[in-house]
Amino acid sequence: MSDDERTKEKGSGLSRRGFLKASGISLSVPLVMGHHIVKVAGAEVKVFGPGKAPITLNVNGKNLTAEVEPRVTLLETLRNDLDLTGAKPVCNRATCGACTVIMDGKPVYSCSVLAIEAPGHKITTVEGLMQGETLHPIQQAFIDNDAQQCGFCTPGFVVACKAFLDKHPHPTPDQVQKGLGGNLCRCGTYMGIRAAVMQAATGRKGGQQHG
Amino acid sequence: MRAFEYASPTTKEQAVELLGRNFRKAEILAGGTDLLSLMKDEIVTPKTLVNIKGISELDGITFTRLGSLRIGALVTIQELLDSSPVKVNYPAIADAAAGITSPQIRSMGTVGGDLCQRPRCWYYRAGYGLLAKDESGASLVTTGDNRYHAILGNGGPAYFVNPSSLAPALIALGATARIFGPNGGREVPLEKFFLTPQSEDEREYDLKPNELLTEIVIPAAGGARSATYEVRQKEALDWPLAAASVVLRMSGKQVKSARVVLGHVAPVPWPSPEAEQTLAGKAITAEVAEAAGAAAVQSAKHLGGNRYKIQLARVAVKRAILEAGKGGGR
Amino acid sequence: MAEYKWPEAEKRTLIGKRISRVDGPQKVSGKAKYTHDQNRPGMLFGKVLRSRHANARIVSIDTSAAEKMPGVKAVLLMVTPPAEVKWAGAELCAVAAVDGPTAEDAIRAIKVQYEILPHLVIDNDLSKAGQNAKPAAAQTKGDPDKGFSEAEVTSEGFYAIPVITHCCLETHGSVSEWEDDKNLLVHISTQAVSNVAGQMAGPLGIPAANIRVKQDHIGGGFGSKFSADSWDIAAAKLSKLAGGKPVKIMLERDAELMVAGTRPSAYAKIKVGAKKDGTITAWQSESWASAGQGGGGSPPLPYIFSIPNQRTQHTALATNVGSARAWRAPNHPQGCYLTMSALEDLAAQLNMSPVDLFLKNIALTGPRAEVYREEMKIAGELIGWDKKWHARGDKTEGSIKRGMGISIHTWGGGGNTSDCDVTIQPDGSVELKSGTQDLGTGTRTTLMIVVADTLGLPLNAVKVMIGDNRFPAAGASGGSTTIGGVSAASRRASLDALDQLFAKVAPSLDAKPEELEAVGGRVQVKGAPARGMSWKQACLKLGATPLTVRGKNPGPGTLISSGVGGVQMADVSVDVETGVVKINKIVAVQDCGLIIDLKTAESQVYGALIMGVGYALYEEKIMDQATGRMLNPNMEFYKLAGIGDIGDLVVHMMTGKGYDERGVIGLGEPPVVSPGAVIGNAVANAIGVRVPSLPLTPDRVLDALEKKGGNNARI
Repeated sequence: MSDDERTKEKGSGLSRRGFLKASGISLSVPLVMGHHIVKVAGAEVKVFGPGKAPITLNVNGKNLTAEVEPRVTLLETLRNDLDLTGAKPVCNRATCGACTVIMDGKPVYSCSVLAIEAPGHKITTVEGLMQGETLHPIQQAFIDNDAQQCGFCTPGFVVACKAFLDKHPHPTPDQVQKGLGGNLCRCGTYMGIRAAVMQAATGRKGGQQHG
Repeated sequence: MRAFEYASPTTKEQAVELLGRNFRKAEILAGGTDLLSLMKDEIVTPKTLVNIKGISELDGITFTRLGSLRIGALVTIQELLDSSPVKVNYPAIADAAAGITSPQIRSMGTVGGDLCQRPRCWYYRAGYGLLAKDESGASLVTTGDNRYHAILGNGGPAYFVNPSSLAPALIALGATARIFGPNGGREVPLEKFFLTPQSEDEREYDLKPNELLTEIVIPAAGGARSATYEVRQKEALDWPLAAASVVLRMSGKQVKSARVVLGHVAPVPWPSPEAEQTLAGKAITAEVAEAAGAAAVQSAKHLGGNRYKIQLARVAVKRAILEAGKGGGR
Repeated sequence: MAEYKWPEAEKRTLIGKRISRVDGPQKVSGKAKYTHDQNRPGMLFGKVLRSRHANARIVSIDTSAAEKMPGVKAVLLMVTPPAEVKWAGAELCAVAAVDGPTAEDAIRAIKVQYEILPHLVIDNDLSKAGQNAKPAAAQTKGDPDKGFSEAEVTSEGFYAIPVITHCCLETHGSVSEWEDDKNLLVHISTQAVSNVAGQMAGPLGIPAANIRVKQDHIGGGFGSKFSADSWDIAAAKLSKLAGGKPVKIMLERDAELMVAGTRPSAYAKIKVGAKKDGTITAWQSESWASAGQGGGGSPPLPYIFSIPNQRTQHTALATNVGSARAWRAPNHPQGCYLTMSALEDLAAQLNMSPVDLFLKNIALTGPRAEVYREEMKIAGELIGWDKKWHARGDKTEGSIKRGMGISIHTWGGGGNTSDCDVTIQPDGSVELKSGTQDLGTGTRTTLMIVVADTLGLPLNAVKVMIGDNRFPAAGASGGSTTIGGVSAASRRASLDALDQLFAKVAPSLDAKPEELEAVGGRVQVKGAPARGMSWKQACLKLGATPLTVRGKNPGPGTLISSGVGGVQMADVSVDVETGVVKINKIVAVQDCGLIIDLKTAESQVYGALIMGVGYALYEEKIMDQATGRMLNPNMEFYKLAGIGDIGDLVVHMMTGKGYDERGVIGLGEPPVVSPGAVIGNAVANAIGVRVPSLPLTPDRVLDALEKKGGNNARI
């Protein structure tokens, strides 16, 4: 989102303030872009918002910047501001896993992380799994086992599988069935996903989905 | 989501000062898996969000010198599950944590968040208030679709079930909640931490708007056996329909004393002295477990659409007892 | 002149093989762009204000506060007060703003005055329906009274299957932008790329020719995305109001589940009569169904078995619920569940295996009787039916009861109207363009397979471009008609292109065009491969101008047909203390004529079984009569099966002799028809009593057990 209109709206901290006043919310400190400081318990703490603040996110090894209101989620920022649209908005309520990214080595629902709390963390999205033009073995296994149909859940599943295999490099089939309960697919690709995870774990090309 | 201000303090003293005098002012953000959903649905609309994840003293699982276990409020469900002291000494907790079958929720969700998450009652989540009343003040639950609602402690006006996965196990193990507020710290037995609200202004737990749950302390297991059994329909992420946590202190083959706490059946985690008394002095057999299950639901009342939950609660208690009796824990 | 048929089995180089979908790399890497992923320059975010009430008169809508808000670029009324809305979630007003949060703020600032009217949202009690229930159909065949009097055993039961939703993971929606004041570009999540312009032209007052429609990938449709919706029109209008800037409106999850389509419910009281040997003599059903406001929802009863004497009566029930849309195999899952349940109950009464009952009456299934017979045999072997099936009610000790079920189903298929252009460039490169779409079924992949196999080229020598209404028009992807349409059209185009190419090449090979073949990357004389040249050399004979051939469906030749039969068997375990049902195994045996890509074809069947486990065990659109609203418009309580909930699935495709000759037949619908029935029957077999209504949740299972007076009678 790099167009003029969005840039012009950078001053929306001020305009939003007008709105908040209209809603009967009183603001003690003048709002400016970014943050203000409050003194609590003898320390200075930054208070951000409700307007936009600049943030720097470490995504797939790169530092990327955006300007976000505190109410914007990491998922929205990745998709709308950074054009990293691999993570998908589906349930938007920490249920379906389509928005899964890896944060500091752990799988998280990016729909339920605020962008403003993400700086300082190492974020890996599905776009960060490829090595140049080479697919990650998990991605290749998804293709080999047709672990995708419409593909909308696929990036989230691929990332969840990555996190799962990082933690369980030699899973049993039972662990696969129990360890990927945080992602949902509507087309019904689970048989392929099970086979794909086992293929990626063993490095062996799966003989397709049977058995 | 409505606009809000955001701060990320690094000490609990800062956090408490940033919190407000009423719940409309500020909310505490930890794992975010429940709170952000509530804010998206505008069920809670804080003016300020206080992210406590930067307060390192709320982290960590440690044993005290007296052998009790201290679990920081920010410990994640996954950390709990990965902790071998927890698994070995308190299987009831490990069972409950394993019931949260989404790795993402386990990585994000915290112990404090599990205990303080808000009810999943679908009327509440649709904006009809915690007590789910229509414009005339009548309950939408009692006349509506209450298949997932309370069968115990459901005399009104609250009919939701407490959604915590860990609370029944922690209560059965005698855990204490440590709370920090403007006047310093206080301790509450976890059993007393949960409250049944009588009005929309009250919450389901004993925290003032400017207080923070900082840690949970569990007494030494002392050889107690424990287990949690959840009746869940799905293997993938799903809410339990009924759950029970059981702690057995044995004297030889006999139960010296027992704690039985049910989950997802009442507005609070529901201890069952009836079941506990049934177990006292008995050896664990299928019949005894069955009788304890029956005792646990003796006073249960269904609301019309949730009668099956009485059976599920009975079975959860029975199976948790049998599981604990097998020697879960040492 | 080419003969339009498929190559013989031994000549197929790609057709029927197990080939990975060609857009897999894009999908697994996050590079595949869906409508929801469109970040157009200067794009505005649209949101829709929806009715809170299920039946109401909209007295007024005050948008003045929203219009004044900074960042809000356009506000559009979607109804003109006074107006009536007939379901909660109905569209009232839309806004476009610089970002999503601002658009939400604007929506919140709009004030609506409602006059609330009485509503009906519950469809399971006909006695409360009043004027909302209308007789829809009544039919008598043969002599039902005589049929029942001849019956030695009759079985009576009540069966129900609730309203469910499509729950597409990519919600409905689009991004519209005016390229100038006359021309609109629309990215839209649709099952009918070629049809959208015609649907939007009227409401927008511009010629369809001025509307460009694009879609690379779609995140699920299942029958709910055939038409441009009111919010798509709104996005285009908002864009116009905002000076042409792109406006994106994608539904929120709650709206998706509330208003973007349902599968109608079906309820039936059924009586079936048979002789002691299993010969079915009579059928009687009184059924009703609700499809929301739209009407519709009439399950075919009895399903497949053309029982000689029958009396059927159906009532349509209108409710204040978002309207039904085609849901994978419209009406069949309902008809199948109601019929197969009733027949399994009859088999139990007869003390017969349902397989034996089905076989006894197999002639009633019509032209596919022998297909069913063969498929039943294979399914039985794959699941171990003879060893595992027991008379109704697992008598073994313990709380886990195991049971087996069977169901059969049918579907038409055929091919949709589908055009494509195949172009052969003088440098030998080949491209196909079609206005079709790939729903995840593998349409791109199958097009590449057909063209490459026909031209004797490797798969990656063909470039396929779809999802654009500037390409030759192709029909909507529905009813399992896409594979028939596109495979036939692309085969015809490829064969015609070859003919034309052969005509150019033949003189230099000193042969007649009809003596040539394209094999293994060469064009050569049949039977004399040395007399040939490489594909590239052959294409040079085209001169400077590429060769483009239009392929059409329908068209000449015998490439496709319709009508399939499938058999499914299930093995389940039921915990009779908790009512929790677990799938051990489901076997699906399915025919679909000639298979183009075995890998993606099998995926269709696996997927259908998994979707079927969902609607058998979990899915239900739960409506609240007091508030008129859906109680579970989220994925937490609108439950889908997860990876650990589906047991083991086995798919067997009927291929080879007797099947391939029929030509290509679609596969999206048929395998999703039986799962509800087959799982329901297995549960009845396990616990010894019918659970009348799907989904088979613990409350329903325990309730059935209690009524039977079994293990659970204590509560």
